Amino acid sequence: MPTAVPPVRGLRIPGAHPWLRFALRRTGRLLVSLWVLVTASFLMIHLVPGDPVRAALGLTAPADLVLARKRELGLLDPLWRQYADFLTGLFHGEMGVSISSRLPVAETIAQRLPATAALAVSAFLLSMLVAVPVGVVMAVLTRRGRRRRAELAFTGTSVVLGAIPDFLLAVGLVYLLAVQTNLFPVAGRDGLGSYVLPVLALAIGPAAVLSRIVRVEMLAVLEADYIRTARAKRLTALRIHLAHALPNAVTATLTLGGLLLSSLVAGTVLVENVFAWPGLGSSIVSSIVAKDYPLVQGTVLVYGVGVLLINTVVDVALALLDPRSTIGEG
Amino acid sequence: MRAARVLLRPVGLAGIGLLVLVVLVAAFGPILWDGRATVVDTDHLLAGPSADHWIGTDNLGRDLFFRVLVATRLSIVLALAATAISIVLGVVLGAAPMLAGRRVGRVITWAVNVLVAFPGLLLVLFFAVIFGVGARGAALAVGLAGAPGFARLCHTLVAGVSERDYVAAARIAGVGRFRVLFRHVLPNVAEPLIVNATMAAGSVLLSFAGLSFLGLGVQAPSYDWGRLMQDGLNGIYIHPLAALAPGLAVILAGLAFNLTGEALAGAFGIGDVATVRTALGQATATELTAPVPGAVLSVDDLRVTLPGVHQPVHAVRGVTFAIKDGEAVGVVGESGSGKSMTALAVADLIEQPARVEANHLVFAGEDLTVPGDPESRRKHLGTSLAIVFQDPMTSFNPAHRIGPQLAEVSRAHQGLRRRAALARAVDRLRAVRIREPERRARQYPFQFSGGMRQRAMIGMGLMGTPRLIIADEPTTSLDVTVQSQVLALLAEVRRDTGAALLLISHDVSVVTDVCDRVLVMYAGRIVEELPAADLRTLARHPYTKALVAAVPDMETDLDRPLAVIPGVPIDPPHVPIGCAFAARCPLADDHCRAVDPPLLADAAGNRVACHKAAPHSVTSKVTA
Repeated sequence: MPTAVPPVRGLRIPGAHPWLRFALRRTGRLLVSLWVLVTASFLMIHLVPGDPVRAALGLTAPADLVLARKRELGLLDPLWRQYADFLTGLFHGEMGVSISSRLPVAETIAQRLPATAALAVSAFLLSMLVAVPVGVVMAVLTRRGRRRRAELAFTGTSVVLGAIPDFLLAVGLVYLLAVQTNLFPVAGRDGLGSYVLPVLALAIGPAAVLSRIVRVEMLAVLEADYIRTARAKRLTALRIHLAHALPNAVTATLTLGGLLLSSLVAGTVLVENVFAWPGLGSSIVSSIVAKDYPLVQGTVLVYGVGVLLINTVVDVALALLDPRSTIGEG
Repeated sequence: MRAARVLLRPVGLAGIGLLVLVVLVAAFGPILWDGRATVVDTDHLLAGPSADHWIGTDNLGRDLFFRVLVATRLSIVLALAATAISIVLGVVLGAAPMLAGRRVGRVITWAVNVLVAFPGLLLVLFFAVIFGVGARGAALAVGLAGAPGFARLCHTLVAGVSERDYVAAARIAGVGRFRVLFRHVLPNVAEPLIVNATMAAGSVLLSFAGLSFLGLGVQAPSYDWGRLMQDGLNGIYIHPLAALAPGLAVILAGLAFNLTGEALAGAFGIGDVATVRTALGQATATELTAPVPGAVLSVDDLRVTLPGVHQPVHAVRGVTFAIKDGEAVGVVGESGSGKSMTALAVADLIEQPARVEANHLVFAGEDLTVPGDPESRRKHLGTSLAIVFQDPMTSFNPAHRIGPQLAEVSRAHQGLRRRAALARAVDRLRAVRIREPERRARQYPFQFSGGMRQRAMIGMGLMGTPRLIIADEPTTSLDVTVQSQVLALLAEVRRDTGAALLLISHDVSVVTDVCDRVLVMYAGRIVEELPAADLRTLARHPYTKALVAAVPDMETDLDRPLAVIPGVPIDPPHVPIGCAFAARCPLADDHCRAVDPPLLADAAGNRVACHKAAPHSVTSKVTA
């Protein structure tokens, strides 16, 4: 139980210390996870059974070409040397050269990342913008067993929408809004209209799941003692719901929102393939099929770093919103 | 029967029905229809739906309907295989801390925690690179990618069970680790594990479809649903059903697993249990009566009804009382006597679906049972009615600083600007003896101690000019020295503001110390009302006497057991016909059990509801 801060005059801001501890702890966790990610993506090429270069170039490739490519990739060096080269390369922003296109991996990624990021971020924003208001309104309308029918309709719809995977939604949306009605382009990235279908396909599921979570969180918060206190202060219903309930409901929502955002990042892979979106998702699949390991390695690394950064940002946001839970721990 | 419980629910029936259908098609589909799914019809390449081909044909003229049916087996088998890999690995990793000792366990738990942070699809792609493209590689990849999640779940479950007594007992008895795991731990975590495995199979099915759809899973000439979708997508302009039909199959099969899981969870009692709610019945007619003159609060026949599981619960069953300006009235009674409900009803804080009725409920000239202008009522109650709740730890909003929480009152009702309202909040904190109020106002509630929070809560009530303070067990959760400080502060505040006090407490001695008059409540009714000074000596109701006798004092013989009130309080939904206290009353007779005694006032204005109460208080003097 947090107790009162000792009333020492002159010694200001007793909070600085825990914040520093939090920063250290969180940075430590980020670094360790990064190390695991980097090492795993380094080892990936070595875990492939058989000869990866032979597999990439095909059985008919001449032996000296395979050997030359191996030397080029550094696969003939001792493992520790390869690992050290890999790490130093990363520090300089180099991720090797693609086996098939002979282009630097970093260049290919830099070219394709913006399209993927734009997709993931807009889908995340859309799902948050829909889920929070819908969840809050449904909580207020249906709390304490009111409006049973509205509650059932909402829960049913959100369960079904949340259960359909994004790539199936994508195919359905293409059929309905592109093939049947010609409202939006079927594929490609060309203007704002081309964003509508992929963003919808990515956002609908998370929005459904998240709105249900927001509602449940809001319902729990609305029964809290401090909401009764706010009502005893005779504040308006709007102020009670928005200023007193919402900030407390949003912490859990944010945690799950962060998880959703990182799965959104991964979900772009499938949706990009449906819409032939020129992002990382289409390139990772083609490079896996083509066994272009350096490119796969780089792409996995970029996705992983994206996920780790999102998790860290969510944790920091949580700490700022609810200093007690995060700062107090450990 | 649990199986019966699963089937009785519509969700369970739908889920298991679908699942049986899917499994049957998976088992017999390839045997029955493989020929029709592979026969090439060159006259109908990429044809639309027709009588021959219900959902058309693919680019080789093969019948898509039968291909979707035949693909069921491969899709389901691969999904189940991947799920099995996840479960086995997950259980091994999750139980590792128990089997391999603490140090190894900690490393594994740490690794699992790092892996869980990455989304499943990313892990799937990672493993797909290692195992290569194809059905077997994809099954391994999906299975391995699902393992960390299962390991986390299993670890939590195992940790929960292994702290139980019987596991500890088995360990102390020298039972080996593996035996403990298989005999004592796993059977006890089996239910949530099965439920989660069922649902996981559904989502594995979906991710497998995704992988095949990307071209990383099942390769031609084999086909599963994902592969069929992939083939159909290119022709979506000409032949949309080729892509949509396998997608629909994926969704149906996924739903079959998920619904079955939900139903199992419900039957195992893991999910929430649906409650039966009843209507509250008809409102009873209320007659308007005049408030007691000179009273800041006048309540006539207050009734509070809550919805119960089987029938409505009458928490407060007709309570009538008044509080004069500046007077302190205490309400005592056991838990469930309706005293807190009375306080909340008086404060107009009881919400739907509970119902509050009264002939009148007049506070400072305004009848709260009559709908009025919400704006002016908010202002009126917000400034002249102060409320102190029982638990100061939970009554402040953890997300806001203390100062703004107080200032809010002045901003909402007194039209003060932010700065002025905050200055008033600091001033009020000083008034309730909080040291360094400027600094404290900037702190969060969790930085305050319980006693300080309760004082801040009183300070919140002082933001306006309270005419009545309702204090619901204000000292119950505080320790004794802090208790007396808070009570002293309440007394001081009343002296300064002239506010009346309604003090709810189960503590007879607190009420006698602080209050002028006492209302004794039992089973939602007032059973006795008398001056607080007379509570120990002149009480007439057997319940009041028992309450007083149960309070130990300096003369209590500590060698003998402390006095208690025999029996248990009535169950609010089951109020007897006669006197509610009869079952516990030493004086009760058949008349008491048959006829509910009315609350009658004597010449001095004291009231009692008891057939056995002596008309003269002198004769009922208690020797406790």
